[in-house]
Amino acid sequence: MAILITPETKILVQGITGDFGGRHAKLSLDYGTKVVAGVTPGKGGQVFEHGSHKVPIFNTVAEAAKATGATVSAIFVPPPFAADAILECVDAGLDLAVAITEGIPVKDMVRVKRVMQGKKTRLVGPNCPGMVCPGAGKDSHGGCRIGIAPGYINKKGHVGVVSRSGTLTYEAVFQLTTKGIGQSTTVGIGGDPVNGTSHLDVIKLFNEDPDTHAIIMIGEIGGNAEVEAARWIKAHCKKPVAGFIAGATAPAGRRMGHAGAIVGGAEDTAAAKIKVFQECGIEVAVTPSDMADALIRSAKAKGVKLS
Amino acid sequence: MNIHEYQAKTLFEKFGVYTSKGVAVKSMDEIDSALAKLPDGVIVVKSQIHAGGRGKGTFTDGFKGGVKVCKSKADAKFTAGKMLGNTLVTVQTGPAGRKVQTVFFTTGVNIKKEYYLAILLDRVSSRPVIVASTEGGVEIEKVAHETPERIFKVFIDPAYGLAEYQVRQLIFQLGFNPTEQKNAAKLIRNLYTMFWETDASMVEINPLVTIEGDLVEALDAKVSFDDNALFRHSDIVALRDLNEEDSKEIEASKFNLNYIALDGNIACLVNGAGLAMSTMDIIKHFGGNPANFLDVGGGASKDQVVAAFKIILGDPNVKGIFVNIFGGIMDCNVIACGIVEAVKEVGLKLPLVVRLEGNNVVAGKKTLADSGLTITSGDSMADAAQKIVHLVNNHATPL
Repeated sequence: MAILITPETKILVQGITGDFGGRHAKLSLDYGTKVVAGVTPGKGGQVFEHGSHKVPIFNTVAEAAKATGATVSAIFVPPPFAADAILECVDAGLDLAVAITEGIPVKDMVRVKRVMQGKKTRLVGPNCPGMVCPGAGKDSHGGCRIGIAPGYINKKGHVGVVSRSGTLTYEAVFQLTTKGIGQSTTVGIGGDPVNGTSHLDVIKLFNEDPDTHAIIMIGEIGGNAEVEAARWIKAHCKKPVAGFIAGATAPAGRRMGHAGAIVGGAEDTAAAKIKVFQECGIEVAVTPSDMADALIRSAKAKGVKLS
Repeated sequence: MNIHEYQAKTLFEKFGVYTSKGVAVKSMDEIDSALAKLPDGVIVVKSQIHAGGRGKGTFTDGFKGGVKVCKSKADAKFTAGKMLGNTLVTVQTGPAGRKVQTVFFTTGVNIKKEYYLAILLDRVSSRPVIVASTEGGVEIEKVAHETPERIFKVFIDPAYGLAEYQVRQLIFQLGFNPTEQKNAAKLIRNLYTMFWETDASMVEINPLVTIEGDLVEALDAKVSFDDNALFRHSDIVALRDLNEEDSKEIEASKFNLNYIALDGNIACLVNGAGLAMSTMDIIKHFGGNPANFLDVGGGASKDQVVAAFKIILGDPNVKGIFVNIFGGIMDCNVIACGIVEAVKEVGLKLPLVVRLEGNNVVAGKKTLADSGLTITSGDSMADAAQKIVHLVNNHATPL
C-alpha cells in the first residue's frame, strides 16, 4: 500500500503532445507506470507512441477517463490554460489531479480551489514535481511516477516524503535510498502560495497508512503550512518524523524562486518554523545533507525500524 | 512586480479610488509646468522609489526626508531639485540607498484622522482578505502586535466577490461619520475591484485619511502585482521601472535564470528553488556567506550555465563559486560540459567547488576531472559547502 496512488493506478496526461508533457510521459512509461491515455484538445484519435507503447489521445478528460479507466491526471498544460485543465478533471470526477505547471496566476488558483470545495477530486500542486510510488523492480521499476521526479532514485519501502520543493525532495529520497531505506510514497505539493494539498493533508494520509512507518517533511519559508502540520503531528502522530526548512538565509520580502517562498511576517521565517518543529517533537535536519540521518535518529528514539 | 506611488495613484483614479491631484516629474525642466497644474498652497513633494520609510529617510548628501511638506510652489521646486538624482537611504533600501529618478507633487490636505487599508491574499484560507485599522500612518505590524483589537479583517469568497454587508462591517468598525461612511464604502468597493481585475498581489493604503468635507482619501499607495499573471496585463507590464531592479537580475531573467543578489562572497549556482535556498543556508551553516540565490531551473542548458557564470562574476564581491546540481532527469554530464566551457570562456581565477549528483553523474565527474581545470569536487552538499567555505575564508588556492 501507499497513499493516493499505487503501482496499479492508471493515469492520463493532459498536454501529452507538448514537449514537456511528452518527454515525461515517456519517462513514466519507461519506469513502468500505467500511462493509459493522453488528452490534447483537437488531437483526439491520434496515438502517442513510445517504443512498444501506444497511448491513445482524447479531446477531453471525460472521454479519456471513460474509455481507459484512468483515475488520475498529470497536468502539463501551459499556465494560461492550467486552471481550466484542473477544472476539467474535477468535472470528469477523477480521484486525483496532479498539476506540474509552474506559473499559474494566483487568482486562477483561488477560484479553482473554491470550486473544488466539496468535490471528490483531490489536487496536488500546482508548480510541483508530482508523486512517486516506487515499484518492486530494479531501481524501483514498475512504480507509479506522476510528474517530473526521477523514478530510479527511489526504492520501495516505508518512509513517506512530503515537500514543497522538487530537487530538495530528490535530495532526501536519494539519501534514503543510498542508506538502503525505501519509500512508500513521495509527494511534492508544490511551491505556490495557493495549492490543492497541504503538508497537513499528506501527513494525515501518511499517519493512516499502515505501510508508512516514518515521515520526512520538507518545507520552506513563507506561509504557515508547515507549522500547522507540525502542531497536528504533536497531537496525533506517533510515527517518527524528521523535518527540514529551507530559506534560513533568505532576506525578507524577496521571492525565492517559488511564488510561495517569501517571508512576510515574523511567523513564516525559517527560524520560527524550526522552533515549532522542535517543540512538536520533529527531528530537525541541521543541513539538507542531514535529512535521512535526522529520520534515522528519530526512528531510533522511537524504536521504529526503517528498513 | 512593484510600481511607484504615482503610478498606483493613476490606477486608483481609473478605478474610482479617491486620491488628491498629483503630478510626477523626471527632470528639473518639467517642474514648472507640473506645478502649474496644481492649485496654490501647500504642496507635498514625494521621492518615488520602490521602498518604504521614505519620510524618515536621509539622502547621501545629508538632505533629510524623502517626503516633504512645502508651503509654496517655490519651496516645492527647491525641494524637488534636492531630491532628483540624489540617493535616498531608508530602513528598507539598505545602506546603498536608491537613486530618486522621479518626484511626485501632490496638493496638501488637512487630515482629520489616519486609517489603514490593505487587500492581499490570505494563504491560510486561499482567499483575498481586506485588512483595515483605525491606526493609520504607523507600522501595521506594530499595531497588530500591540493593539490587535484595532485591526479588522474580512475574507472574500471568490465565488461571490466582496459582499455589501462586508463593506458595511468595515465602515462601522472604522467609526466613520455618515457622509464618510458613504465615501469609504465606495473607495473600498472600487479598491477591491482594482485588486481583483488587475491581478494585484497587494494593495496597501497607509494612511487612508479623512479630510475636510468628510472626504476619504488614499494619501499613499503601495501596489504590487502577481508576476504569474502579467501575461494578461500588458498595460501593467508597461509600468515596470527597470531602474528599480538589479541589473544582474534583469540580465538573468533573459536567460530564464532566477537570480537574486545578496551581500556575501560565495556565489551559488543551483538547480531548483528549494535546493538553491538550502545551498545558501548550508554555506552560512559552515561559516561562509552566500553572494546570491541562483536557480537555473529543472532543465538547465549549457548556454544557461555559461550565462549564469558571467552574471555571478559580475558581482565584484564574489570570491568563490559553489555549483550544486542534483540532476534527477537532467544529465549531469551536460552540466559538467557547461561548467568546463564557462570556466574556459570567462577565464575563471576564483576557487570553484562542484557537487554533482544524479543522472549520468559518473560521466559528469569524469568530464570535470579530465578538463585540466582546477575544479574541486564535493561528494555531498555538506562536503562541498565546507570545501568552498574553507577555500574562500582562507584565500587558499584551489586543491
